[in-house]
Amino acid sequence: MNLGPEIGHALAVCVAAIFTQNILLAYFLGLCPFIGVSREVKTAFGLGLAVIFVMVSTTLLNWLAYHYVLVPLGLEFFRFIMFIIIIAAFVQFVEMAIERFSPFLYQQLGVFLPLITVNCAILGASLFMVIRNYSFIVTIGYGLGSSVGWFLAIMAMAGIRQRLANDRIPRGLQGPGITLIIAGLMALAFIGFTGVLQGK
Amino acid sequence: MNGSGGQSDIKGIAVEGLWRNNPIFKQVLGICSTLAVTNLVLNTVVMCVALIFTLSLSSATVSILRSLTPRNIRMMVETLIIAFYVIIVDVLLKAYWPEMSTNLGPYVGLIITNCIVMGRAEACGTSNPPGTAALDGFFNALGYTIILLIVATFREVLGMGTFMGYAVPYFSTPAWDKWIIMVMPPGAFFMLAIVVWVFRSIQLAGEEKAS
Repeated sequence: MNLGPEIGHALAVCVAAIFTQNILLAYFLGLCPFIGVSREVKTAFGLGLAVIFVMVSTTLLNWLAYHYVLVPLGLEFFRFIMFIIIIAAFVQFVEMAIERFSPFLYQQLGVFLPLITVNCAILGASLFMVIRNYSFIVTIGYGLGSSVGWFLAIMAMAGIRQRLANDRIPRGLQGPGITLIIAGLMALAFIGFTGVLQGK
Repeated sequence: MNGSGGQSDIKGIAVEGLWRNNPIFKQVLGICSTLAVTNLVLNTVVMCVALIFTLSLSSATVSILRSLTPRNIRMMVETLIIAFYVIIVDVLLKAYWPEMSTNLGPYVGLIITNCIVMGRAEACGTSNPPGTAALDGFFNALGYTIILLIVATFREVLGMGTFMGYAVPYFSTPAWDKWIIMVMPPGAFFMLAIVVWVFRSIQLAGEEKAS
């Protein structure tokens, strides 16, 4: 089997998922932690890394589960439950690992670690992968690109919000309001990448 | 239902879900999966009906099973209950309205991870009788729906000049330069930010007056 074109396709999907089709800024997935945990760069970094790890691993696990278990059995409608169980089990594993190796990070992320399970970006990536019919190799590129895109977005947001901490913002706009406006501006900026990809 | 739910109780739950603790502009939960479909009013309506159905029934189910569920696996049980109702919606939509199912793409399935569903099941379903939990879920979902319909209406009218697919006078004529950005992702963020801002300011002003 010639893997060349497959890998090329995977790379293209990866770059597109980071920039023009950013899972957060173009598909609105994973917005809750994006607004809740983006106050500090350090915690955003930890959560971002956890998301990269979980998303890449779960999209691959879910791909295998979907194509080797659900499709042969004709149980495609069962995928929601299958995916969510795989994701929940995997997050539990990551939680135990972080607790073991970095108590500080564990304290910082606190309630948000279990919330990765209900991070729509994770389940969303798996569902997009099924709908768009990606092959296994392309799924690697897609999972990596999407999670790195999410990571970049939350890091940028945390950096901007740290600078905003001392600014005077209208009271009704404080917190989520201003975060959404910044996200909108970031989404505009990321749309600018469209030209770069098409110009190739 | 059960004995504890009086008239004033229902009113209290309604005010809490629709206004005082509104899921969108107060709790800012669960905006992910639904923001994406607010570029068209019709998609938003379907999505919100699905959400109302899922949220009320899953809250009630969690509440019915609350004494049977071991505490340490309750998140998992809640997720499975929610997934059960979402699958019903998904299968029905695929069977009777395939175009809409394609339009909404993965977002129907993503109701499972919509934080507001989980949040209400956890906050209300685990500690209240089924009737109260169902009402709480219903009014929270309704509060959510109203805000998203406002967002969707502005996005569709300003960006496409239509409402539910029908041309709107003036906005669909050449006199109105269509704001294409409104139907693109940044428009959703801006519109939601404005709605959050307006409603929070009204709420803050009301609280100040009261105190």
